[in-house]
Amino acid sequence: MAITAEPQQQQLEVYTGEKGIWAWITTVDHKRIGLLYGTTALFFFILGGLEALFIRLQLATPNAEVLSAEAYNQLFTMHGLTMVFLVIMPIAAAFTNYFLPILVGARDVAFPRLNAFSYWLFLFAGLMIYSSFLVGGAPDGAWVGYAPLSTQITEVVRMDYWAIGLQLLGVASIASSANFIATVFTMRAPGMSLLRMPVFAWMALVVAFLLIFSLPAVGIGLFQLFLDRNFGALFYEAAAGADPLLWQHLFWIFGHPEVYVLVLPAMGIVSEILPVFSRKPLFGYEFVVFSGAAIGFVGFGVWAHHMFTSGLGPAAEAGFGIATMIIAVPTGVKIFNWIGTLWGGRIRFTTPMLFSIGFIAMFVIGGLSGVSHAVVPADTQQHDTYYVVAHFHYVLFGGAVFGYVAGVYYWFPKWTGRLLSEPIGKLHFWLMLLGFNLTFAPQHILGLNGMPRRTYRYDEGLGWDFWNLVSTIGAFLIALSILVFIYNILRSRKNGPIAGDDPWDGRTLEWTISSPPPVHNFDEVPIVHSLDDFWHRKYTEDETGRLVALPPVSGGTLTVDEGGADGGDVVDDDHDGDGHGDIHMPSPSYYPALTSFGLVVMGYGLIYLSWGWAAVVAGAMITLWGLFGWSLEPVTREEH
Amino acid sequence: MTVRIGTVRRGLERHQVRAGSARSETRVRGSSGRIFTRLAALGGFAFVLAACSGSGPQTSLEPSGPIARDIDQLWMLVYSIAVGVFVLVNLALVYAIIKFRDRKNDDRQPVQLHGNTKLEITWTIIPAVILAVITVPTVQGIFDVRAEPTDPETVQIKVTGHQWWWEYEYPGFTRADGRPLYTANELHIPTGVPINLTMTSADVIHSFWVPRLNGKRDVVPGRSSNLTLVADPDVATTDYGAGVGVVLGQCAEFCGLAHADMRIRVIAHSPESFAAWVEEQLAPAPVAESGAAADGYATFTAVCTACHQATVQLPDGTVDWVGPEDFFLEIGDDVFHSSLGPDLTSFNSRYTFGGAVFDNNTDHLAVWLDNPSAIKPMDPDRNDIATRRILGMPSFGLTQQEISELIEMLDTWGVEPVPR
Repeated sequence: MAITAEPQQQQLEVYTGEKGIWAWITTVDHKRIGLLYGTTALFFFILGGLEALFIRLQLATPNAEVLSAEAYNQLFTMHGLTMVFLVIMPIAAAFTNYFLPILVGARDVAFPRLNAFSYWLFLFAGLMIYSSFLVGGAPDGAWVGYAPLSTQITEVVRMDYWAIGLQLLGVASIASSANFIATVFTMRAPGMSLLRMPVFAWMALVVAFLLIFSLPAVGIGLFQLFLDRNFGALFYEAAAGADPLLWQHLFWIFGHPEVYVLVLPAMGIVSEILPVFSRKPLFGYEFVVFSGAAIGFVGFGVWAHHMFTSGLGPAAEAGFGIATMIIAVPTGVKIFNWIGTLWGGRIRFTTPMLFSIGFIAMFVIGGLSGVSHAVVPADTQQHDTYYVVAHFHYVLFGGAVFGYVAGVYYWFPKWTGRLLSEPIGKLHFWLMLLGFNLTFAPQHILGLNGMPRRTYRYDEGLGWDFWNLVSTIGAFLIALSILVFIYNILRSRKNGPIAGDDPWDGRTLEWTISSPPPVHNFDEVPIVHSLDDFWHRKYTEDETGRLVALPPVSGGTLTVDEGGADGGDVVDDDHDGDGHGDIHMPSPSYYPALTSFGLVVMGYGLIYLSWGWAAVVAGAMITLWGLFGWSLEPVTREEH
Repeated sequence: MTVRIGTVRRGLERHQVRAGSARSETRVRGSSGRIFTRLAALGGFAFVLAACSGSGPQTSLEPSGPIARDIDQLWMLVYSIAVGVFVLVNLALVYAIIKFRDRKNDDRQPVQLHGNTKLEITWTIIPAVILAVITVPTVQGIFDVRAEPTDPETVQIKVTGHQWWWEYEYPGFTRADGRPLYTANELHIPTGVPINLTMTSADVIHSFWVPRLNGKRDVVPGRSSNLTLVADPDVATTDYGAGVGVVLGQCAEFCGLAHADMRIRVIAHSPESFAAWVEEQLAPAPVAESGAAADGYATFTAVCTACHQATVQLPDGTVDWVGPEDFFLEIGDDVFHSSLGPDLTSFNSRYTFGGAVFDNNTDHLAVWLDNPSAIKPMDPDRNDIATRRILGMPSFGLTQQEISELIEMLDTWGVEPVPR
């Protein structure tokens, strides 16, 4: 595993394994599934970004006529839905898929075929929602789909695409969450106690729990909406005595934890990157981990702060306002610990580091504007205005997206064996930082000056013209920065500098293996002795706590001096060089893709109920076929 | 379609000054990093100032009443704390990355600090204390803002939200046919006394929001909600004649196709001016005996009264009421009138129509009566009067002559305000 170009090529071949599209369709390798998630998320990111550009063009000037109200409502609905469910969640899933097993020293996730099923269901459901553009119009009731607007016009199928599509995406997320939880609890390498897990693995675990507990609530709500729309059920029909606010409760008891689902993995990534480029351990590891868990836990108790104008009554409003403020405390703890990590370090301004520092600065703004929402009377002015739009873009773009982009720059060499270009990366960073702030900072002012969100036009004379134009210019700068990013990826994938195993002088297990990693990840299952185990194999501390490099271990492989001391089922490798020995890897299977395809066929059938029963039956048959095949096929591929 | 009032223009001038300075900053940028940093700091400072000095008839930052002012003070409290925290945290961040950056030939080996429990406790407690400081006035404010007005002079107004217009009922004022004063979209209020709005929705969730007077309040079908508005006496300026001022608002909860065109115009009167307005509104709409206006009335009763209503005075002097059967939404003790379309009794006295979007003039009316969907996005093809679902006024294929006759008639219904 020396750092030269030649073994690199060999590793690439090992990595690629079987070639062709069929190999990708049938793959159960968590790394390939991670790459599929990532590329698909990037594809949807481009779509969601184009939608945003159309929205900004329409709003650049008063009473513009770029879009009709009908088109505008579809585009902002799809923009929100796309960015939340088809971009940020899957990009988090991409990182978790690829790195969670490696970071905890496992060879794959606990249920590799279930993992493939989650991906294919996400892809098919995403394409299904987008197919609505071709058949009469996309969902247009906002991504939150408030009843009774979303149940109102039953003869229009648009919101059925939304209801069924989200339901399927929820199934995919629950399956992958169960998978990640099982992986963390059963697949960790010997010695990898929970408090030796990298922060990213911790955040992935917290997120998995958040999804498992929150998705069922919105799942029930979506079924109710679907029944209201198609079968005249009266779950949200006020005239029949129902209370439409029930939907908001069910949606936000999912929707608020969802915010943390989107941002916690990015916080985990930043917590990995800051120590590496500061040459210092993460400051207050336990506090960062537990504040992440605390954010997740308290996040279940604040959902009604999305409803401060709906008439909950002063007592409930005070309670939810205070709970919301409490969340700021663990969030602050994280930010202070990140600054503590930088403090006294030797900071290298690589692109991943720039994006991580940008994440901290931007997230602070989003966090502070969040506190102003907890001040309930002030929120009655801010709610449903561009101030809120600015707030959550600072959290989800300035926060989450900056964090994930940092992750791409950080881990790209592990995926491809090549580094992304640093000069282009820095250009990307400065363009995106400038574009982002030009786009969203003015929206604070717009909102406070009375501009409501989800409005397709506004009159001049309201004091909104200038900042709207600035915001639109910023949006196009962001688009330019994304083009630079994509160019960097395409160019560096083939021509970037060869990375070697450990290009950043990393701390965690993924840097002990080749880039890209072999199918089975680890020739020998690593035995973990401490947090940041790999770092401690390279460095020690002198009596003043200063860093001292250890002599490099000969032979390139890592010797396990106390092999088996921690117990566990360490595979005694044959050391014959091909590194496969008696490692059993799950065999490829097309049944997961088939099963999810059947579910989506059923989904289409439900949307077009008048003639769709046939599709429902056909989809059910396909799903059953997939499940049967899945359970009857042999688990492992033949030895090679 | 545009708002042309004094406050707006004043706001715009201030606004352009700000815009100009921002543009000149960007031009200088790029000559050197240091200048860029300084200008970025200056721009940031200008931005922070911009964020707390609002302008425009629909801003929340320049309150026109005591309730909105209380809210604004809470906002200023949390805003100044937030700016302070932001500056401190980012100073620490910037200091750290500059001081501890990797320099050329730097072979420092950093001290491997793993954490510090005392620091952790400190930076847990300090934010908690700051938040506690914000919590006290917040909770106080929640109860204050939600308190029902006790002033005996409180004006009661009932509000029913519709896709995409607002229906108002003044139960305290009765017309000659015994029915209360109904109007739409333009909310006339006296300054200096509390206005208690009791609100519900006829279809989907809306949100009533006039930022200069109070925060927003959702208008939910099946529920009755309250919102108190109080306008300062000095709001009754001369925007619309002596003692008449205007502030703007609009629906703030996404309610479908024309959500952006469901606006609110609050017309604030001095007490004398309000009394005069009420007097004028209580007068029935005159029906002409002959001529274009009379022909217009024939079209009105043949076509428009399927949805619209009016209290009219027939040529023989009797006061009658035309329109669809009354429909009421009963929610607890509150009974709300819910029309299919706006009451048109005093139509000519309105400044705007169509959800307070279009200036009330002959040109706009001619387009509207020909095909309303041409200027406001609506979905009248899905109307169903039997189930009371109305998604906008359809085009009835009226001839040019019928349209001009209708306009003639509407011109006699109410006194045209000066200036309009």
